Amino acid sequence: MFDNLSNRLQDVFGDLRGKGRLTEADIDAAMREIRLALLEADVNFKVVKAFVARAKEQALASDVLESLTPAQNVVRIVLEQLTELLGSDAVKLKLSSRIPNVIMLVGLQGSGKTTAAAKLAFRLKNAGHQPLLAACDVYRPAAADQLESLGGDIDVRVFRGDGAHPVQIARDAVREAIDSLRDIVIIDTAGRLHVDEEMMAEAAAIKEAVQPEQIFMVVDAMTGQDVVTVVQAFEQRVDFDGVIMSKMDGDARGGGALSIREMTGKPIVFTSEGEKPSSLEEFHPDRMAKRILGMGDMVSLIEKAQTLAESELEEEEAARLARAELTFDDFLMINRQVRKLGGIGSLLKALPGGEAALAGGQVDEKALDRMVVIINSMTHAERAKPSLLNGSRRARIAAGAGVEVFAVNQLVKQFEETRKMMKKMGMLEAQPAAKRPRKGKKGKRNRRRSLPQIPGAGKLGAGGLGSGLGGSMSAADLRKLGDMLK
Amino acid sequence: MSIFDKISAGLARTRERLGEQLNVILDRAPALDEDFWDDLEETLIAADFGAPATLDIIDQLQDSAQRLALPDGRAVLARLAETIAGMFASAADDPFAQPRACVLFVGINGSGKTTTVGKLARAGVEEGRRVLLGSADTFRAAAIEQLDVWAGRAGVEVIKRERGADPAAVSFEVIERAEATGADLVLIDTAGRLHSSDDLMRELEKVVKVTRRRAEQVLDAAGGPAPLLVRTVLVIDATTGQNGLAQAREFDARLDLDGVIITKLDGTAKGGIAVAISHELGIPVLRIGVGEQIDDLRRFDPLGFAQALIG
Ligand SMILES: Nc1nc2c(ncn2[C@@H]2O[C@H](COP(=O)(O)OP(=O)(O)OP(=O)(O)O)[C@@H](O)[C@H]2O)c(=O)[nH]1
Ligand SMILES: [Mg+2]
Repeated sequence: MFDNLSNRLQDVFGDLRGKGRLTEADIDAAMREIRLALLEADVNFKVVKAFVARAKEQALASDVLESLTPAQNVVRIVLEQLTELLGSDAVKLKLSSRIPNVIMLVGLQGSGKTTAAAKLAFRLKNAGHQPLLAACDVYRPAAADQLESLGGDIDVRVFRGDGAHPVQIARDAVREAIDSLRDIVIIDTAGRLHVDEEMMAEAAAIKEAVQPEQIFMVVDAMTGQDVVTVVQAFEQRVDFDGVIMSKMDGDARGGGALSIREMTGKPIVFTSEGEKPSSLEEFHPDRMAKRILGMGDMVSLIEKAQTLAESELEEEEAARLARAELTFDDFLMINRQVRKLGGIGSLLKALPGGEAALAGGQVDEKALDRMVVIINSMTHAERAKPSLLNGSRRARIAAGAGVEVFAVNQLVKQFEETRKMMKKMGMLEAQPAAKRPRKGKKGKRNRRRSLPQIPGAGKLGAGGLGSGLGGSMSAADLRKLGDMLK
Repeated sequence: MSIFDKISAGLARTRERLGEQLNVILDRAPALDEDFWDDLEETLIAADFGAPATLDIIDQLQDSAQRLALPDGRAVLARLAETIAGMFASAADDPFAQPRACVLFVGINGSGKTTTVGKLARAGVEEGRRVLLGSADTFRAAAIEQLDVWAGRAGVEVIKRERGADPAAVSFEVIERAEATGADLVLIDTAGRLHSSDDLMRELEKVVKVTRRRAEQVLDAAGGPAPLLVRTVLVIDATTGQNGLAQAREFDARLDLDGVIITKLDGTAKGGIAVAISHELGIPVLRIGVGEQIDDLRRFDPLGFAQALIG
């Protein structure tokens, strides 16, 4: 796995400290790292070539060589350039005054059109529209059933013209929308290969028949170098107005977004990040740029943690955590939360230095499992009042969990340490505002909701979690941090 | 008929395009200069081999170019297919050739799992196997109906439960049914999932564990032990880029994969990521998908694949 680009550039420039002035050759070395990072992210190799050449020019033109922190400066230049190329301002969905508006989705097989269609419908419905979904994939078995089921979940009507030709279904759907007073028709089409003449002609015919206001191409974020060929073919045969990048909840860097912009000029309009109908997001070029460079999607992780912190933590629990009265039941709950965020691994990966820590094998995901087993062998009283845990109780728990007493002792120790740490933080919080400037009202602190400490992460060095999400942060803290990073 | 012919139908386009590119290299730079190696590198990168595998291949070729004093680019390219083919892990035992097997199909959303199960069901029937399908995708809307249609096309029985049912419980039931009917090739479709979703990967681990445990205890009609060999196969889309390696690594870490199937090779994507996966993780490629029809499935042959890839 490639390490975070900033770290790698740090390495490149690190040796050069004390050498005084950097040379063009040093910049070349940095550009090689950037090239590799972009290729690793699946940016098309032609685009990479052009991009790196421009970045080098910029780096030479600016005072990077003279600066004390060349690595950071190169990263800044590259990030800025990448963000700009991805589209400086977000492009919105454009609707006309025609009734109904027609939105058509196209793309390769398995790219995620049907899911995206339902998400788009959900979004528009929440914005006060009355969408109608049209099932024009007549080839894949049960495709219309899938759309109908998704439509049912979000309470949006699905038009299916079983047995009819896709062009006819599209036409009928528009008529149906007029009859039933719906203002938007979303047409889900079959996945097709860009080299399949017949199927491409069909897509063009659907377009011709219903004259969509917007055509979106749905592109899988995991697509490799071929994305350029595919997108250009779709552009030529049906043309489209923008792209929905799907499967963005995975860990693909999504360099295809850059290739698409560069080769077709088409904007990315939405990103689709999961199976929930609400997970269609507007595209953020700056976040995408960071993601492509492997700089960890801090922002979305923080947002994720924020939502969890707000929705999952009960007031009482939060208050108790804030007072550092940790119990083993809290430990279990924390464990559940870490899992919801995708496990320690994915949490770490999103943090600066996290990938390095992971690569160094310092994180043991299984430790969580072992912990849960041990805690499950405790009585409720023991969980709530850990001081009860004398030698014989520990032996009983060990036997119940099928582990050595040693493991139980270790857990208890870990627990005590965490509790101490939280106490310390609690004390910090309690200091007068003058000593520890803090925005926001004091009174609010009582209502703070904590993001839990992450167990097992204590093994990490200073560069790891300690500097990131460790400690107990309130949802407000998180929001602030998120805003800062945006 | 050469192996070449067998897969060339599906790979015709791929071959043409990559071949064209290589011809351009040959025409322009037969000398073994820096341009030649640069162009070769670009060609491999463009085929999704990824930087590490590409550099590996180029190293090997540069090495033999020097050792054998190869005269020009043509001589180097003549060794390219072999070099690529040599990077694939070989399949010691084809799960589909085992006399009694249960294969679980796993992978990312939309990679082609269900379609592949349908194709393999037909292939099994044609070989005279007693095939049974199981729908452990109880999550995605209409996934069960989709597999049902494929079962109909292949003419085999499918075990299914209602949407939302526990996939491990469905798999358990599938094995019970296989025991009762004496099925000897059981194919289980699972829900698409991202390798980065811890919860869903855990679910899958459980499905495989439960299936394994039950499959070991299968008895034949006479009450003698007749265990089914349980195998896990990753289905991956040929258009997948470098993330494919992360996917394969995670699925392998969780399930100990026995093979990979690459789908959608009928497009223009070259599926170079398969080389990286097979090479780095030592997982053999078992079949390739070359279309949406029931017979659009081919056996995988490394040299044929590599030759077809470069023309
Ligand atoms: N062109 C082409 N299309 C394929 C191939 N294999 C599958 N497909 C298509 O890819 C799409 C997705 O296939 P599925 O079999 O539903 O994929 P899946 O992995 O089961 O998808 P989920 O269950 O939703 O995760 C369908 O439209 C298939 O027809 C292939 O080899 N070539
Ligand atoms: Mg499926």
